[in-house]
Amino acid sequence: MSRQIRRNSKLLKGLQKERTGIPGFDEITRGGLPSGRPTLVCGSAGAGKTLFAMEFLVRGATIFNQPGVFMSFEESDEELATNVASLGFDLNQLVADKKLLLDYVFIERSEIEETGEYDLEALFLRLGYAIDSIGAKRVVLDTLEALFSALPNEAIVRAELRRLFRWLKGKGVTAVITGERGDGKLTRHGLEEYVADCVILLDHRVQNQISTRRMRIVKYRGTSHGTNEYPFFIDDKGFSVLPITSLGLTHKAPTEYVSTGIERLDNMLNGRGFYRGSSILVSGTAGTGKSTLAAHFVEAACARGERALFFAFEESQDQIVRNMRSIGIDLEKYVKKGLLQFHNSRPSAWGLEVHLAVMHQTIAKFNPAVVVIDPITNFLAVGDEIDTKAMLTRLIDYLKIKQITGMFTSLTSGQSEIEDSEVGVSSLMDAWLLVKTIESNGERNRGLYILKARGIAHSNQIREFVLTEHGIQLIDAYVGAEGVLMGSARSSQVAREREAELERQQAHARKQRQLRRKQELYEAHLQALKGQYESERDAILRELDDEQNRLRVAADQRREIARLRRADDGMQIDENGARKARKGAAR
Amino acid sequence: MKSTPTKKQRQKSSNGRQQQTESTDANRWNLRLYVAGQTPRSLTAFKNLKDICEEYLKGQYHIEVIDLMENPTLARGDQILAIPTLVRKLPQPIRKIIGDLSNTERVLVGLDIQPR
Repeated sequence: MSRQIRRNSKLLKGLQKERTGIPGFDEITRGGLPSGRPTLVCGSAGAGKTLFAMEFLVRGATIFNQPGVFMSFEESDEELATNVASLGFDLNQLVADKKLLLDYVFIERSEIEETGEYDLEALFLRLGYAIDSIGAKRVVLDTLEALFSALPNEAIVRAELRRLFRWLKGKGVTAVITGERGDGKLTRHGLEEYVADCVILLDHRVQNQISTRRMRIVKYRGTSHGTNEYPFFIDDKGFSVLPITSLGLTHKAPTEYVSTGIERLDNMLNGRGFYRGSSILVSGTAGTGKSTLAAHFVEAACARGERALFFAFEESQDQIVRNMRSIGIDLEKYVKKGLLQFHNSRPSAWGLEVHLAVMHQTIAKFNPAVVVIDPITNFLAVGDEIDTKAMLTRLIDYLKIKQITGMFTSLTSGQSEIEDSEVGVSSLMDAWLLVKTIESNGERNRGLYILKARGIAHSNQIREFVLTEHGIQLIDAYVGAEGVLMGSARSSQVAREREAELERQQAHARKQRQLRRKQELYEAHLQALKGQYESERDAILRELDDEQNRLRVAADQRREIARLRRADDGMQIDENGARKARKGAAR
Repeated sequence: MKSTPTKKQRQKSSNGRQQQTESTDANRWNLRLYVAGQTPRSLTAFKNLKDICEEYLKGQYHIEVIDLMENPTLARGDQILAIPTLVRKLPQPIRKIIGDLSNTERVLVGLDIQPR
């Protein structure tokens, strides 16, 4: 694809584009309108053709320093100036600066009589003079079809129009020609036959009583362009086109984490929280505390000194601040500090595109680090699922590019599947927290779990989710032989367990005491036996002593007897009275 | 001066300013022919106009030929688109006739010389 474009651009060296300066439009046309060629802008009444054309000139004059000629067949100079003044365009000043030339061509059919051959040379001269007098690079003809009603001879008009477009190309001006939408045709008089280079269709639809403006590039010769229908809107700054998919998936992925504001939830997310710039979906049934989770998230951001933007589509600012105060979250102080901004509106106030645009603008102006949208499901009241998803895709893309962390709450209605995110945006989200009520034993308890968290090792457990005076507390749900228990069932189970534990401890202590007593008993026995042994041993030793003494005495006696008998010198009787040969004597 | 009675009628209905112009009959019919260069069509238109004026408005008309090639700014004032265009400046109201004036009948109707 890109290679093809490169090859094309090499071949078509001549196809230059002229930037319009209209936000978003230059992106979908990949550079603007074909330079030096006429472009047809068609649409039904009130589609914004004149405004588009005028903005093309005004932006050209103010941003790109390209003077322009506006030849109007419908509105006078004064009317035009007044009409676009509300968009902040000061036509009179531009005219005085010779950046813009307004030429009102007024043809009154009743004044005109036709006799014989004629051509529209005067129009050419007039336009040519206007272009040359200010050196115009841009021209608008709004709307040429007036010629068909002003001049009776259609054949002449057609021939002259053909000549006009050739002439415009020859002049090298980038022209915008507007045309009224016809039945089954792009324009009522078939102007598209003459303008073959670029045709843009503006559309204004009303769906469910809410109007949506859309734009499509029907054709753009010699270049690739976005082919979708792009919503656009007109506000006090003029035209804005919102490209849905042209942004692509090229955003950076930060590795920094942002806390959820709830410590235990952070713990469930690898101990650090979500990635910065990720999009987080919080879904759940009514009254499960989705907004409260969002409030925690916002509070944590503000406490870090970051800016947070809260888009609320259900409650007013006061109501949110009051409700969150009741659970110990003080948002008001951050509002006063200017860190937190609320943006409250009803979803049905505008169409989706305007909502998106307002969000874009508010985000661009406030430049927050964190954005909360509470809830996204309310947009379904304005548009259908596809539109809403497309709009959220664009919003998420925008947030990702700006590396803003977004939290989106989504209400799951009672009947639908709990893991059904209603708007069908779950695949767009990086993380998904699910809050659900678990009914048992006649009570409703809240459970929270992480359905997904891209790139974060997260806990797979359900935590019980309790709203206290100090905000949200996450409690381990009781998981045991009796299944998952929550609320009072959990606390009674915990009490039962504690009792059993106590009993076990007491039994243990009893056993210990028993053991100690046994030990004492045996030790006493041992002592007694030892005493007996000692006394017996003493007696035996004494006996042995006596015997020794007796033997010694006997030996003494024998020696005495021997001495008395003058025993042989050679023989000596040792102490024991034994005979022993003297060493020397024996030799 | 075939048209003298009509002239008197008209003078009665006109205001004081116009009565001053009464002295010169040439100012009764003030006609402007817009052309762009000396094209055959322009020349035809001028010839046709001259013929018609000579026949129906003799002595009461004044023709001014404006070449837009030379004065393109003048196209804006009279809201000229087509070439050639004949503008009846006087008598009021302004009327425009486009084309080479080849259809005398229609020119007379357009100039209000002949009733429709």
